[in-house]
Amino acid sequence: MAFDIGLVTLVLGVAAWTIGARETFAAVVGFVAYGLLLALVWVRLAAPDVAMTEAALGSGLTGGLLLGASTRLARTDGPAAIEKPSAIMRLAAAVLCTLVSAGLAALVLLMLEPAPTLAPRAMANIAATGLSNPVTAVLMAYRAIDTLLETVVLLLALVGVWSLARDRVWGGLPGPYHRADPHGLLTFTAQILVPIGILIGIYIFWVGSVAPGGEFQGATVLAAMWIIASMAGLVDAPPVTRRWLRLALIAGPALFFAIGLAGFAIAGGFLAYPESHAKLLILMIEVPVTLSIATTLALLVAGPPERAPAR
Amino acid sequence: MTEGTLYGLCSAVLVGLGLFGLIMHPEPLRKILAFNLVGGGVFLLFGVVARKGAAAGLGGDPVPQALVITGLVVAFAATALAVALLARLFQETGRATLQADE
Repeated sequence: MAFDIGLVTLVLGVAAWTIGARETFAAVVGFVAYGLLLALVWVRLAAPDVAMTEAALGSGLTGGLLLGASTRLARTDGPAAIEKPSAIMRLAAAVLCTLVSAGLAALVLLMLEPAPTLAPRAMANIAATGLSNPVTAVLMAYRAIDTLLETVVLLLALVGVWSLARDRVWGGLPGPYHRADPHGLLTFTAQILVPIGILIGIYIFWVGSVAPGGEFQGATVLAAMWIIASMAGLVDAPPVTRRWLRLALIAGPALFFAIGLAGFAIAGGFLAYPESHAKLLILMIEVPVTLSIATTLALLVAGPPERAPAR
Repeated sequence: MTEGTLYGLCSAVLVGLGLFGLIMHPEPLRKILAFNLVGGGVFLLFGVVARKGAAAGLGGDPVPQALVITGLVVAFAATALAVALLARLFQETGRATLQADE
């Protein structure tokens, strides 16, 4: 319990820093630390799968994205150009936010113990899925439709990001080109880290059926490895109009949808799996979905096309 | 007080803190940051509900946990889109703040 109190104090302190820091860059660094501390909280709440996602995606990839944005948008306006909210506004916002917090705190204190739970039903039917990690079973079997729609949401976000490109660079390469000293530390780190990271990413994906891990965590690690390699100038993003790139992006959702439709014929419902082949089908979905998610996440971080295609 | 309740109260404060930043910061990048802070608090509340639903030999209810994983991915996608919108605003106007037109 002492550890938990200390952890909560740290989380709240870092969160207050993230809101209160003067410099945006410092606030983003605070946010990365906030995400890593939240990952510890998730471990304490017996949710290691969520902890991995929080550390990799919530802290790592989001942090990287925001760090990039904060340096690119830095020093655009002097402090004088920014309107400071008035004292009355400040007070009203403080009162409103305190009320929201108090309301949520009251809900937490009034919560039923033990809370209504689907855990027994999730465990009762897990043998039929061929998986032994209940969280993966929820994602890939019980609530597979949520996961299918989520892969589509990721694609829609990428379409949104790409459509913000200027007309003259459409079809070009996403993001700026990173130049790094080929004998520098960044290049060296990328050369050592990326092969190991790719292996770890594949392992995290593979082990997800029986232990904490899964396609989202694995795909995030794979995307992060691509980002590191591109920051070191070892790889560059392909032009967004490349056919193989488009195929890699839609392979996961498309195959997911196709197997879902096949469920009507072989198991009597959308996204239903016949019990004897459930694990095989789930694996057939997971491999392309991991590939598609990793590609989408990396391209979301890279941003819209900024460099004109080579003629 | 159990650990679950403690983290639940922590999530309530996080949502309030993030909301305050969202309202008060004039720079959109700080608003995006504050919004992600609120998201962290809301997800944590889900985690507390999951923890309090521990049963059948599991440390928590896997259904809300899986929902949070989905939520984290969607939050990231929304953040990436918001950052891209902001970068385009900066390209067009040379400013990265929201101000009333003079």
